[in-house]
Amino acid sequence: MKIYLDYNATTPVREEVLELMFDIYRGDAANPSSIHFLGRQARKFVDEGREKVAAAIGAEPSEIVFTGGGTEADNMAIQGTAFALREEGNHIITQATEHHAVLNTCEFLEKHGFKVTYLPVDGEGLVDPAEVEKAIGAETILITIMTANNETGVIQPIEEIGEITRSRKVVFHTDAIQALGKIPFSVNDLKVDLLSLSAHKVYGPKGVGALYIRKGTRLRPLAYGGHHEGGKRPGTENVAGIAGFGLACELAAQELVESAAHLSILRDRLCGQISENISRVKLNGSPRLRLPNTLNLSFEFIEGEGILLGLEMKGIATASGSACTSGTLAPSHVLSAMGVPAALAQGSIRFSLGRENTVEDIDYTAKALVPIIQRLRDLSPFSEEDIN
Amino acid sequence: MSVEALYSEKVMDHFTNPRNVGKMEDPDGVGTVGNPVCGDVMKLYIKVKDNRIDDAKFQTFGCGAAIATSSMVTELVKGKTLEEAVGLSNKEVAEALDGLPPVKMHCSMLAEDALKSAIEDYRKKIVSSEQ
Ligand SMILES: Cc1ncc(COP(=O)(O)O)c(C=O)c1O
Ligand code: FES
Repeated sequence: MKIYLDYNATTPVREEVLELMFDIYRGDAANPSSIHFLGRQARKFVDEGREKVAAAIGAEPSEIVFTGGGTEADNMAIQGTAFALREEGNHIITQATEHHAVLNTCEFLEKHGFKVTYLPVDGEGLVDPAEVEKAIGAETILITIMTANNETGVIQPIEEIGEITRSRKVVFHTDAIQALGKIPFSVNDLKVDLLSLSAHKVYGPKGVGALYIRKGTRLRPLAYGGHHEGGKRPGTENVAGIAGFGLACELAAQELVESAAHLSILRDRLCGQISENISRVKLNGSPRLRLPNTLNLSFEFIEGEGILLGLEMKGIATASGSACTSGTLAPSHVLSAMGVPAALAQGSIRFSLGRENTVEDIDYTAKALVPIIQRLRDLSPFSEEDIN
Repeated sequence: MSVEALYSEKVMDHFTNPRNVGKMEDPDGVGTVGNPVCGDVMKLYIKVKDNRIDDAKFQTFGCGAAIATSSMVTELVKGKTLEEAVGLSNKEVAEALDGLPPVKMHCSMLAEDALKSAIEDYRKKIVSSEQ
């Protein structure tokens, strides 16, 4: 039995996308900048990819710039705005549970004279729009707040924040990498100026992403070279990757309603079975404002890597917010920011579901978990007695 | 397709079937230590007879490497004199497990520290009972 429950980390490339990309690689020797017929064919693949990505988020194709992934899109948005608007101010607002692609970019900018406000989140992982408004000052040039969190699935009040940033005339960026294909949204509903996407979270290829740049938004490029992507992201286009990303977006949009319903039923079934059969389990993140596929649970008295290993031995792939698995040796910054105590953050597991999962997978996982948790609790120096 | 295992077979063996698990009734020495790096915790109990460690048990809140090194250390110290046991290093424990990934070496410090702390606890008790 092999069960993949780590779709927030990445998704497998879906068959339709794979076929399209194969076809392009087999047939295409051409550079989309070449004007001969092969070049024009390659250009067509890129243009179609751009149209489809734009359509999925309610944007104009001319507002999409392809990048080498989500991390690059976040960097382009944040560094690009900061250096373009440096004369106008040096203050950036973000929040504590952002992905490291955002947080570490902000830290880099702090070393270059920018001031960054890291807004707190509440116990459910949510940012208060009123706090965003209060943090805006004369020097504020950019606000960057993610649409949905990768660890907990928590969905931020982006529309409300968008109202504020628009009336205060501050550039607003959102990392919508986890939201794409899981919840419906459009750049106009969200009222954002910049929005990051990544193909490998929607059954597309890795190493391809996009930044939506609302018409009129000023950005300094990260790299210099040719005229590609309007000079904003020079370099010969990743033709197959872009076309594959476009198709993945189109299919995700078509299937969104059905897939969200299916995944939330499976997710709630998993949560229900676990809480029925295992005591002392806590849900991390807002139960309401959450992606339909994500379940982040803390198991008291034990540490996440042990759970992860136990599940792996049963053929189940998951992720943990424990320090032991992150390589950073500190428990998840997302859970810590939500006020989850360190020991509970250490005992967290993220189940993130996707299109291949079945009811059988869920039941098998919930059942496998019971003896794994029991065994690790028997090993633990902590127990209910310590608390009672 | 085979992928490289995170841990050696021996580590996985001690993680899945840890030896000497649980709380000890009437221990002669107890060491509780936390790993300052990651926040994990190990509790080691020892029984001492004629200056030798007669029995050892553990309870651990930690990763796979922490559990396996805890288990291994209880095996290694049994029958050792206190002087020998105090000299046991985390490297020796890790080697007995056929090694740990470099990022996991710090986990084996838990075992070394808990052992030293349990022996110290025993020695303190002896001194105070002799006074
Ligand atoms: C919220 C979020 N932002 C950014 C990224 C980085 O995207 P990429 O892996 O395409 O660089 C990820 C995923 O890894 C993510 O989940
Ligand atoms: S003991 Fe904490 S990471 Fe291993």
